[in-house]
Amino acid sequence: MDKALTQTIHRALTRHANSQESLVEMLREINAELGYLSAETLGGLADALKLPRSQVLSVASFYSMLDLEPRGTHVIKLCQDAPCHVAGGQEIWETLERELGISFGATTPDGKWTLLTTSCIGACAVGPVMMVDDDIYGNLTPERVREILAQVADQDRAGGRT
Amino acid sequence: MVYRAHVLICGEPRCVEKGARDVEAALTQKIQELGLENEVQILEASALGHGEQGPELVVYPEGVHYVNLRPEDATRIVEEHLFKGRPIAELQYKEPPSEPLPAPSHKEIRVVLDKIGKIDPENIDDYIALDGYAALAKVLGGMSRDEVLVVLKTSGLRGRGGAGFPTHLKWSFAKNAPGDVKYVICNADEGDPGAFMNRRVLEGDPHAVIEGMAIAAYVIGARQGYIYVRAEYPIAISTLRVALAQAREYGLLGENILDTHFSFDLEIRMGAGAFVCGEETALMKSIEGVRGMPTTRPPFPATSGLWGKPSNINNVETYANVPQILLKGGAWFASMGTEKSKGTKTFAVAGKVARTGLIEVPLGITIREIVYDVGGGVLDGKKFKAVQTGGPMGGCIPEKYLDLPVDYENLAAVGSIMGSGGFVVMDEETCMVDIARFFMEFTQEESCGKCVPCRVGTRRMLEILEHICAGKGKPGDIEMLETLAEKIGFGSLCGLGQGAPNPVLSTLEHFRDEYEAHIYEKRCPAKVCKALIEYRIEAETCIGCTRCARNCPVNAISGKAKQVHVIDPETCIRCGICAQVCPVDAVKVE
Repeated sequence: MDKALTQTIHRALTRHANSQESLVEMLREINAELGYLSAETLGGLADALKLPRSQVLSVASFYSMLDLEPRGTHVIKLCQDAPCHVAGGQEIWETLERELGISFGATTPDGKWTLLTTSCIGACAVGPVMMVDDDIYGNLTPERVREILAQVADQDRAGGRT
Repeated sequence: MVYRAHVLICGEPRCVEKGARDVEAALTQKIQELGLENEVQILEASALGHGEQGPELVVYPEGVHYVNLRPEDATRIVEEHLFKGRPIAELQYKEPPSEPLPAPSHKEIRVVLDKIGKIDPENIDDYIALDGYAALAKVLGGMSRDEVLVVLKTSGLRGRGGAGFPTHLKWSFAKNAPGDVKYVICNADEGDPGAFMNRRVLEGDPHAVIEGMAIAAYVIGARQGYIYVRAEYPIAISTLRVALAQAREYGLLGENILDTHFSFDLEIRMGAGAFVCGEETALMKSIEGVRGMPTTRPPFPATSGLWGKPSNINNVETYANVPQILLKGGAWFASMGTEKSKGTKTFAVAGKVARTGLIEVPLGITIREIVYDVGGGVLDGKKFKAVQTGGPMGGCIPEKYLDLPVDYENLAAVGSIMGSGGFVVMDEETCMVDIARFFMEFTQEESCGKCVPCRVGTRRMLEILEHICAGKGKPGDIEMLETLAEKIGFGSLCGLGQGAPNPVLSTLEHFRDEYEAHIYEKRCPAKVCKALIEYRIEAETCIGCTRCARNCPVNAISGKAKQVHVIDPETCIRCGICAQVCPVDAVKVE
C-alpha cells in the first residue's frame, strides 16, 4: 500500500480513536480526501480496525455518498426528488445528459464530469436544484444549466485545469 | 421615561471593527440635532444576527433591520425613519434570495420557527436572551420527572416525524424501562423529498433542539445523547457543532448541569446518504457503524434501542417544541390545533405554488388555507390538481378535499400521511401516473433490500408504471398494481416498505381515469409522458424563422425560411427544444 494512502487511513483512525462505531464517518472522510474508496483502501481500513473486510465493504456499498469508483474532476449531482421533478427537473435531467453526452451514473471519457443524482438536499423552495461539487444551484432552466457548465469550464481554464 | 422607539446597535467586536462606533456617534448626533433624545433610545446590543454585514442596527417597535451602515446612513435613518417615519428600503437587510423566510401570513403561528431569523444561531446569548434554557432550568430547579410528563401529556404533543405517537407516552416507556445506561437520540435524518423544516431549525435555532433533548434525558435518565444528521446538511452540522461547544462552555451540557446532579452530553453522528436511515431502528444501526437496515419491532427502542439499551428517539421538531411547552404550559400548546392533533406543524410548501418555503400553521388548518392564503395560490393562475403530503410514503390528495382540516387522522383517512411535513402542490400540468412512477423509482432506489416484498415488489410495481408511462400499458396492469401494493404494504418490515405503495394507491383512488387514459387510449391527459405526446407546429402561427429546425438535435424538423415548418413524428425524440426556442409559441403539444 502506498504511503499516502496509509497516512490517510491512519489520520482517519486517529481522529476517531480507532473506534469501530465510527466506521461510517471514517469512510466518508477518506472518501472526501481520496475521491473514492478503492478495494485497497477498504482492505487497509478493515485490517486496522480488526473488522472483516466483508463488513467494511457491506457498509461502504450501502451508503450512496460513499463512492467505490473514481469520479470525474467535477461531480454534478442533480436532485431527483419530487419537488424538483414537479418544478421541471426532467427537462434539466435531459439537458445535462445532452450537454455532457453521458447518462446519469457515468463519467465523461475525458474524466472531467461525473453525472449523479442526489436525494433531497433540502433546497426545495428553489427547485430544480443541482450541486456542482460543493456548490448548490437553484431555479434551474436548461439555459441556466448551460451557463453554469460553461462557467465551471471557464474557471478550470483560468485555473490551468483542462 | 417611555420611549417611542428603540434603536439596538450591534456592539460586537467585528461590527466595531467595521465602524459601528462611528455609526453610533452619527446616530446620537442627529437624534440630538432633531431633538429626539427623549423619544428615541439607543441601546448597544450583542450580535443582531447578520454580523457578516455589519455594522448593523435594528429599529423597534417595527423591527426594521439595517445593515452595512456608514455614518451618513445613520444620519439618514434618523431623518427618514425616526423623524419622518419612513423606513429606508435600500439599507435594510435582505434575506439571501435562495431561501426567504418571509413574514408570516396571518394564518401562521410560529412556535418552532419563532426564533429563526431573530437570533444568531452561533451565539448562545441570543437564545438565552429569548428565554432559552429557561425551561431546562425550570425542570432541573424543581420539577420531578413525572411532572414533566404531565405537562407534556396536557400539551398533547405528538411525534413530528410523521407517525404522531404521543410524546409523553414514548418518554414514559423509556423512563420506565429497566437499565442504568439509556440514550436520547434526535432523528435529524430528514430524508423526505420536499421536507426541509428540520434543516432550517438546526441552522436557525439549534439550542432549542439541544434543550429539548436535555429535558428528555432528564426524564428518562440518560447521560448520553446523539443527534443523527444527514450528511447532505453541512451547514446544519457546523451550526450544531458551534452550539454544542457553547452549551458545554456555559455548563448547559456536561457534568452537573446548572449545579445539579444531572449530567448529560451530546454527540453528532452523520449519515452518508441512505434514506432508510430515517427509520428509527435503521438509524440506530447506522450510529453503531454498520449498514443502516431496519430491525423488527418489538422490541421497541424504548426497551432495546441503541446498543440494546433503552433509548428515546424523536425528531428535530418534536424536541424543539418541548422547551416552549414547559415554559408556557401544556394548556397553551393544547389551545392550538384540533381535538386529537394539538399545536402547530411546520410544512415545506413546494411545487406549483406562488410562495414556496417553510410555514408553520396550527393543526386543523385546511388544505385550501395552506395553498391559497399562506402559499398565495397555484403558480401562474393554473388550476389546482392535488397536493402530495408526507413524502414518498405519503399520498396525493385531490381537489375535492381542499377543505379538509389537516391533522394526523384526517390525512390518513384520505390515503396520505402527515409525514415530516412535505407539501408539494401539483397543478393541471402534472401527470399523476408519472408522479406515482416517480415516487416508486425513489422507494425502489432507497429500499435497503432486506425484505423481499419491498425489494422485489417495488421493482415490479415500478416496471408496470414505466410501461404505462411509455405507452405500453395493458389491461390488467391496474389490478396487478393493486395486488402488489397490498402485499408489499402487508409484508414489509419497516415504514419504507409499508408506505411505498401509498403514492400509487392514492393516485389510483383519486385519479384512476388518468391511468385508464394511459392504458386504454394511449393518451397522457396532462401531456407529460413523452411516449404519449406529439409535438406539432401550428401552421397559422409559424413565421418560418428556422430556429426550431436549426436547434433540433435529430433533424426532425423540415421547412424553408419564411415558410411553415413541419415536425416528423417518426424522427422526433420529444425533447421539447423546439418549443423552448420558438419565438412565437407555435410549437404545440398534443
